[in-house]
Amino acid sequence: MRYETERTRRRGHADTATDTLARGLGIFSIALGIAEVVAPRALARALGMKGQEGLIAGYGVREIATGIGILASKDPTPWIWGRVAGDGLDLATLATALEGRNPKKGNVGIAMAAVAGVTALDVYCAQTLSRESPHPLPPMQDYSDRTGYPRGIEQSHGAAKDFEVPRDFRTPEAMRPYTQPQAPQRPTPSM
Amino acid sequence: MKALVWHGTTDIRCDSVPDPQIEHPRDAIIKVTSCAICGSDLHLYDHFMPGMKSGDIMGHESMGEVVEVGPEAKGKLKVGDRVVIPFTIICGECDQCKRGNFSVCERTNRNGHIAAKAFGHTTAGLFGYTHLTGGYPGGQAEYLRVPFADATHIKVPSTLSDEQLLFLSDIFPTGWQAAVQCDIEPTDTVAIWGAGPVGQMAIRSAILLGAKQVIAIDRVPERLDMARAGGAITINFDEESVIERLNELTNGKGPEKCIDSVGMEAHAAGTVDAMYDRVKQATMMETDRPHVLREMAYVCRPAGTLSVPGVYGGLLDKIPFGAIMNKGLTIRTGQTHVNRWTDDLLRRIEEGQIDPSFVITHTVGLDEGPDMYKIFRDKQDGCIKVVLKP
Repeated sequence: MRYETERTRRRGHADTATDTLARGLGIFSIALGIAEVVAPRALARALGMKGQEGLIAGYGVREIATGIGILASKDPTPWIWGRVAGDGLDLATLATALEGRNPKKGNVGIAMAAVAGVTALDVYCAQTLSRESPHPLPPMQDYSDRTGYPRGIEQSHGAAKDFEVPRDFRTPEAMRPYTQPQAPQRPTPSM
Repeated sequence: MKALVWHGTTDIRCDSVPDPQIEHPRDAIIKVTSCAICGSDLHLYDHFMPGMKSGDIMGHESMGEVVEVGPEAKGKLKVGDRVVIPFTIICGECDQCKRGNFSVCERTNRNGHIAAKAFGHTTAGLFGYTHLTGGYPGGQAEYLRVPFADATHIKVPSTLSDEQLLFLSDIFPTGWQAAVQCDIEPTDTVAIWGAGPVGQMAIRSAILLGAKQVIAIDRVPERLDMARAGGAITINFDEESVIERLNELTNGKGPEKCIDSVGMEAHAAGTVDAMYDRVKQATMMETDRPHVLREMAYVCRPAGTLSVPGVYGGLLDKIPFGAIMNKGLTIRTGQTHVNRWTDDLLRRIEEGQIDPSFVITHTVGLDEGPDMYKIFRDKQDGCIKVVLKP
């Protein structure tokens, strides 16, 4: 959040959504990495990539490292760009599984579509972060004295009670009892 | 003369353009002494509002001194008069103007046929706000032609400063009308989404009108700070649930009156509907991002009122009309009928009930205007309201 954490203050941006997205990608990276490290055989089987279990586990380690980098760093921008590069590597590796007589080509296609979707998010996040100012934010302006009431808020509270709300701006009379404290506890049903 | 000119999305430049001329006997020309960038100008800057053309002069919050008067305006204005120019151009004679519904004046929109196609009927002409509202040159310039000038002006005294008076042109009466639309009772909680300039004015208006409790919702620290200074309880929507907090502050009943001073470009990080709106808007399947309207309809107390001064442009998706209907909510909205309120508001400024200049955070020359659009849009440097001095 803009002024609430040292991290975003240092990057100097007002867009908390991108910061949240970056953190989300970090968590996703770790989760995917754990899956790749823990179950490389299952993944290789599902993608028809038997014999490449070691490579998948290696990619898992990469994902975990990137995720930790995103979550732990003061500025995740280079780590998100690292994810973009990793996405490219993943897509290239998956593309090799489309060749030949791989019976799991359908699964490979789904996996590639998923990676492409995540890549789009990674690129968006990395570009947005890169556009943000690397300079620290100036100190927050203090507007606590900007009351707008020259005579003080106590004097001004209700000062316009003399104003008569025009007829066409009034709350419909039929509605009025329902919003006021003197409203009947059990209004008579109308139907 | 110098003027801020729209050239395309996020492309506003300080250009040299021809001086305005009297084009109609009811016209007047004013020398602009102060003008301001409005939050709704940002919808043009980001090009969310259609109908701008390259070369259009921006601006609809201006004041200055009359330097030339057309023959039919001479009964009401003379050279040297100090005037604030309302953003709505009014004839003062049509059925709507006679009823005080100035923002839907039937005569002043010279492109009324386009507005009628889009909205069913014409609305008033506006300064510097698309060809849908007449394509009139705006007032972020050294001089401004005021059409229907005999009606379209607010005479102001010399005893008050430009800064105290300028916002009679738009944001003060807009915030005021937003509060008046709520028909505030002394027992009411008024929740106001958006603590930008209109939201700040709505907060002060609700306080002046005697609301029991005013709550402001935003996420920009400086805006929340200024809202607290005005007497509001604040909710930072990045840090806490708006709905939970509003219910907590109203004993679970919800606020009686809700004001949307955000409009079509709502930012609501992390909510599903906000992401949905972003995608639909990016793919041109939706014109507006109505997160605030949805949230208001959901949290408002049954039989309460939704007041919408925030600008919307077109077609809105996934509005929970079931909640609105079943809870019996009243919706009041519209561009501001500026002249309907300004005599009363001017008196309140003179009496010291309020000084609208509190909202000004930046005052710069016209040539710095293009940079200030970006700073204002990005909420940098504590920017809440920019005044330009041509």
